[in-house]
Amino acid sequence: MVSLLDIIGPVMVGPSSSHTAGACRIGLLVRGLVGGTPERARIELHGSFARTGEGHGTDKALAGGLLGFRPDDERLRDALDIMEREGLDYQFEKTTIDDDAHPNTTRLTVERTGRIVTVIGSSLGAGRIRLTEIDGYPVEITGSLPTLVLVAADQPGSVARIAGILAEKQVNLATMRLTRKERGGDAFMVIECDEPPGEAARDAIAELDWVHWVRALDKVGG
Amino acid sequence: MYKSLAEAIRDAEASGRTLAETALALESKDQGRPVEEIRSALRRALEVMRGAVERGLTGDLRSASGLVGGDAALVAASHAGPMAGTLFSDVLARALAVQEVNAAMGVIVAAPTAGGAGVLPAVLTGVARNKHIGDDALVSALATAGLIGAVVAERASLSGAEGGCQAETGAAAGMAAGAATEMLGGTPTQVGHAVALTMQGTLGLVCDPLGGLVELPCVFRNATGSALALAGIEMALAGIQFAIPVDEVIDVMGEIGRTMDVRYRETAGGGLAATPTGRRLAKERLVQIRTAPR
Repeated sequence: MVSLLDIIGPVMVGPSSSHTAGACRIGLLVRGLVGGTPERARIELHGSFARTGEGHGTDKALAGGLLGFRPDDERLRDALDIMEREGLDYQFEKTTIDDDAHPNTTRLTVERTGRIVTVIGSSLGAGRIRLTEIDGYPVEITGSLPTLVLVAADQPGSVARIAGILAEKQVNLATMRLTRKERGGDAFMVIECDEPPGEAARDAIAELDWVHWVRALDKVGG
Repeated sequence: MYKSLAEAIRDAEASGRTLAETALALESKDQGRPVEEIRSALRRALEVMRGAVERGLTGDLRSASGLVGGDAALVAASHAGPMAGTLFSDVLARALAVQEVNAAMGVIVAAPTAGGAGVLPAVLTGVARNKHIGDDALVSALATAGLIGAVVAERASLSGAEGGCQAETGAAAGMAAGAATEMLGGTPTQVGHAVALTMQGTLGLVCDPLGGLVELPCVFRNATGSALALAGIEMALAGIQFAIPVDEVIDVMGEIGRTMDVRYRETAGGGLAATPTGRRLAKERLVQIRTAPR
């Protein structure tokens, strides 16, 4: 369903909703996955991101997102200078990720306090985005709702236990997806919630001994 | 939101309401939000639009490539043209201003897209200033524009990559013409004719930016798109009735977009982007991302 406010909006830093606003949103989600500003990042640009990212400020928008700037934040324009001033080491490369990859795709390998995450994300047009892979797990994260992501041992009852904790904390689930690389290995769960799940819910899930890590990602648009 | 402007116009006229009121009532129902909340989001959009107009008119902006910037101020200061000092010239300057801000990574409202973001603020704030129209009426006009854009999104497309520039600045011009017509006291039926009379003039318009960047000709297409919107408003308020119904004009825009060669859909493979000078400028002027040494 098309909303009036989708047409008269979003408010954003130009020049392109896909190459600038969308790229910033990908950076914001990746920042959320490491819980703050990464100290190091290797940012690979594929397809149209590599070809026309230059003049669209795609590099600034991705770096700005990692720094925590939202798509309407004018600091995006100076994100590369701010990154250098803060002593952050973000490197850009042009690459071909996969012939079938969406034309506006990037792979980010980011590090914060010793934790390294590799993410593939695409900007689909009109500022809509999708993360498609995290540390080799196929995922689908759009950032249009508050989202919990977690890696847990794949064992019977794990989904029910987590859904139970969220129900106790009065968090309404919108969608829940579970993917794994192989049977019996770890599972990657993506849980979209109608409202932010809150620290209490996140911490209760993190305390389960079969949960390896969990992050709460803020809504970044949509 | 409505999928047909004819249906929205029928509903508005049957209930004696404006298209803005009709659209806001339906949006409120669709989204489960009070009308006042939607109006305040539109009010914020209006403030950002105004800020972009003012910022652009200062004339000290340059895009990443240096190919665009400073032209809004040229038009605003000029006494040379036959329309200098009129609403027409003011609207052109405002459209250039917003699009120059966009190209220089300033803050704009994508309405309906970033590439077509200059038309709606230029026409609406330009007409409002000239006719001494207040902010409440401007906020209502943004709702009318949103309704028109939603119908175009539903029936055709708002993406240059899908439908060429007719789907971006063409749609923006239709939205601006319809919204301003209502703001100036036109009936819902006249709004429909304003949209049709404007969009018939942008059918077939290709999306051919140099190097694939939202710079050239995008900045100037927003100005010429605004001029077409002014023409549509003038004709509709005079009482001209366009013989092809507005929904059919929108449908055919979508059909032309779908059958348009891929070179003309934001790929920089045709049109101005593929002229000898277009290719040379794209090669010389495009800023390169600083990549890591291999």
